[in-house]
Amino acid sequence: MSTTNGLPISISGITKRYGNLYALDNIDLEIKQGEFLTLLGPSGSGKTTLLMALAGFTRPDHGSIKFGDEEIILKAPHQRGVGMMFQNYALFPHMNVSQNISYPLRLRKVNKTEIAERVNQALETVQLTGFGDRGINQLSGGQRQRVALARAIVFGPRILLMDEPLSALDKNLREKMQIELRHLHEELGMTTVYVTHDQREALTMSDRIVVINNGKLMQCATPLDLYDYPANKFVAEFIGESAFLKVDHQGDGIYFDGQKLVVETLPKKQKDLLLMVRPERLMVMVDGQNTKDMNIFNVTVSEIVYQGETKMIYVILDDGVSMSMRLSTRSGQPQNQIDKGDKIKLVLHKSDTTVVVDGGY
Amino acid sequence: MNWFKKSASETQITHGQRLWLYITASTIMFLLVVPTLIVIPMSFSASQYLEFPPKDWSFRWYESYFSSNAWMSATATSLKAGLFTMLVATPIGVIASYGLHVSSHRAARLVYMLLITPIMIPVILIGIGSFYIYVQIGLVNTMFGLVVAHTILALPLVLIVVTSAFKSFDMGQEQAARSLGASRFTAFMTVTLPQIRFSVITAALLAFLTSFDEVIVAMFISGGDNATLTKNMFNALRDQIDPTIASISTIMIIVSTTLVIVTQIFGKGKGVK
Amino acid sequence: MSISTYGHVNEQELKNHATKERRILLGLTYPAVFCVITVMVIPVAWLFYLSFIGSDGNFSLEHYQRMLDSKSYARIFLMTFKVSLLTTVICICIGYPLAYFLSQLPARVANICMLSVLLPFWTSLLVRTYSWLVLLQRKGIINQAGMDMGFWDEPLKLVHNLSGTLIGMVHIMLPFLILPLYASMKSIPQDYMKASSNLGATPTQSFWQVFFPLSLPGLMAGSLIVFILSLGFFVTPAILGGGKVIMVAMQITNNIELFYDWGAASALGVVLLVMTFGILFIASKLVRLDNVLGGGH
Repeated sequence: MSTTNGLPISISGITKRYGNLYALDNIDLEIKQGEFLTLLGPSGSGKTTLLMALAGFTRPDHGSIKFGDEEIILKAPHQRGVGMMFQNYALFPHMNVSQNISYPLRLRKVNKTEIAERVNQALETVQLTGFGDRGINQLSGGQRQRVALARAIVFGPRILLMDEPLSALDKNLREKMQIELRHLHEELGMTTVYVTHDQREALTMSDRIVVINNGKLMQCATPLDLYDYPANKFVAEFIGESAFLKVDHQGDGIYFDGQKLVVETLPKKQKDLLLMVRPERLMVMVDGQNTKDMNIFNVTVSEIVYQGETKMIYVILDDGVSMSMRLSTRSGQPQNQIDKGDKIKLVLHKSDTTVVVDGGY
Repeated sequence: MNWFKKSASETQITHGQRLWLYITASTIMFLLVVPTLIVIPMSFSASQYLEFPPKDWSFRWYESYFSSNAWMSATATSLKAGLFTMLVATPIGVIASYGLHVSSHRAARLVYMLLITPIMIPVILIGIGSFYIYVQIGLVNTMFGLVVAHTILALPLVLIVVTSAFKSFDMGQEQAARSLGASRFTAFMTVTLPQIRFSVITAALLAFLTSFDEVIVAMFISGGDNATLTKNMFNALRDQIDPTIASISTIMIIVSTTLVIVTQIFGKGKGVK
Repeated sequence: MSISTYGHVNEQELKNHATKERRILLGLTYPAVFCVITVMVIPVAWLFYLSFIGSDGNFSLEHYQRMLDSKSYARIFLMTFKVSLLTTVICICIGYPLAYFLSQLPARVANICMLSVLLPFWTSLLVRTYSWLVLLQRKGIINQAGMDMGFWDEPLKLVHNLSGTLIGMVHIMLPFLILPLYASMKSIPQDYMKASSNLGATPTQSFWQVFFPLSLPGLMAGSLIVFILSLGFFVTPAILGGGKVIMVAMQITNNIELFYDWGAASALGVVLLVMTFGILFIASKLVRLDNVLGGGH
């Protein structure tokens, strides 16, 4: 498979309305050359609509989409030259594996010897050498997924679009394919736009993640930034688990229940602020611990749920708000003695003390 | 006798308790099939009165059919009309069905209803209506006029069969083909059509049979050299029972049964409707 | 890219594209629409027009007036309804048990038994009418067998009357009832029957309280098709009725072939059409016709 250079994609002002409902509301997005970008959102958020607009199957009401320097918004799907993987793979059942993969090459009138060569290369890339004569119905789910991938990349598109391609696979296979897709992307270098509703999959695979909700772009950031510095409560809630505590901005700092919190940066906004508490970032305070740069919470343990590698400790703060803490189940730790009903102190490091804006729904 | 006590359904009712149903159903099936097929043995009777079972066997009614210029010309007309109707109704029905299926146009539903109407309104109206118009424009007794009229009778069937095929077809396949570089037309020809081909063949055969078996419209607008087989049969039946018609009927049964079996074998073999 | 009068990038161009695509797709139906308009819509509209033109060439309701005044027209309409209704009722009585039987069979056997419905369905109705004519005639098989076995002494008059017409029509219409009914019975989940017997219903109770109500939409659809088709029927009553069963469609033909009276024929046609659509309209409030006719979307 020849390595191709990806094309950058520039999306501006894309809007799509169905009646009074905005499927896409004025989306602006710059996708870098060769980037692996994931569109993440709940179902009905508009992520698939955006992908379909890139592929040419949804016609936006207005806006501009450029591949490289070329405006393509008025071009028919078959003139856009993007590879696409569909959720149900959309393999052609009346053609065998080779015929499926060679379909885009035959449309481009590539000569026979080259077709055979490139089909074999593609089969090799997706580790299906020797499967060319199989019928589609003889393949397993994972194999179909690979054939769909081979078909989408065999003609050397500079942009690859994927619509939840792994959602039909079982968990183990899905995790294996995530890594393979990632490697393939690094190898081929095409700009990839990936749609999923699975936040873990997005975090695993992407260079950057775009979170979409109600047709609006919520945040576009690297997985790390997205997890640690979500733009609003919706993003924080959609990615990972967290509890939200109401806090006040009183000019000189952030206060929770009268207690001033140590924070790294003060948010610009004054109102509707929430402290985001991720369960795995909380720790049990031990005697003699240095509490500089730590925020301390007095809590009562309400429930302990054993989950295998970790356990969840559900606690209630003094003012009645509940949150949870994830602890490892390693033996020989002081926190193992915690029981239901105990009153304990929890600490949260300054750099884990993130204040987010309520909203995004 | 164990079979009687075996459970016949999910509700544990036994075959014995259902015996009445089996007898009733078998009788009805018998009454459906036998009167349809009884003309076949009778057509080989040597007698004028078509007894059953025939006392003497002969091919005389077949001879009288094949040696009659009028019957032969009517048969040729019917076959031609059926073939042309099939060749016209199938393609225009398929493209109309496709257009309506993928179209988001407001009028699509209305157009579908319009195209379906010919099977809902009494055929006699189409018969006298087309006769009236054809008289004005000189299309009476022409093959062209007959084919156009039969085409609108066949269109609803083509539309129903092909639309239901489109509905069970994953249009994502066509999107995939288009994303791989095929125009809408190429995608339809290379991906969609090959997969709905059995429905299209069924629709085509239905179109042929619609025309081939049609009596009422043909009665008004076909005549002279272009009189159809059914028109002549109908006229003959109104006068007296001509045993030649038994031989023609036998041939017509064989034609339609063969067509049905062909579609069934094709359809079943591939597991595609 | 251009800024249009709408003020949004590419808005006008995208709108034009969408309109063009919609037109092209709808345009695919034009050949079919053209045929239907030429051979059905225009002629039927003409018939409407003709039905309001009197013998003096001016607007007149005389054809409709005559229909109301004449006893013979009343008889024809009554006969048409009687034949259609009887055909429908007999079809239901015979068709329901057979459809039920077919729906209970394992797929393989059901497909074979289904041939008994499909074979007549695909056979020319003229051929089947002819068969009945031969079977029912004075010296036909049925009379012969009846007399040989001593059931009756004189040949019975089985054809060229109402009973002959009904026998022929039921045979021809039965598949139209059974096919939709069978389809709706097949779509009733077997689990419902299991559930009801699990809840303590006897098989008979399960049938009447669960299965039968769920099969009603299919029964309605099938009966509707049979009734509508019967209203406009022509060939079978013309051959098997022997002049004693005159239905509307036959009277229309007589008006044209014998009397060359287009006005009267048109008026009858209009009434037949209005009745047909009236029944379809009422039925559409009761059953989803989409299930019968395939539906657009």
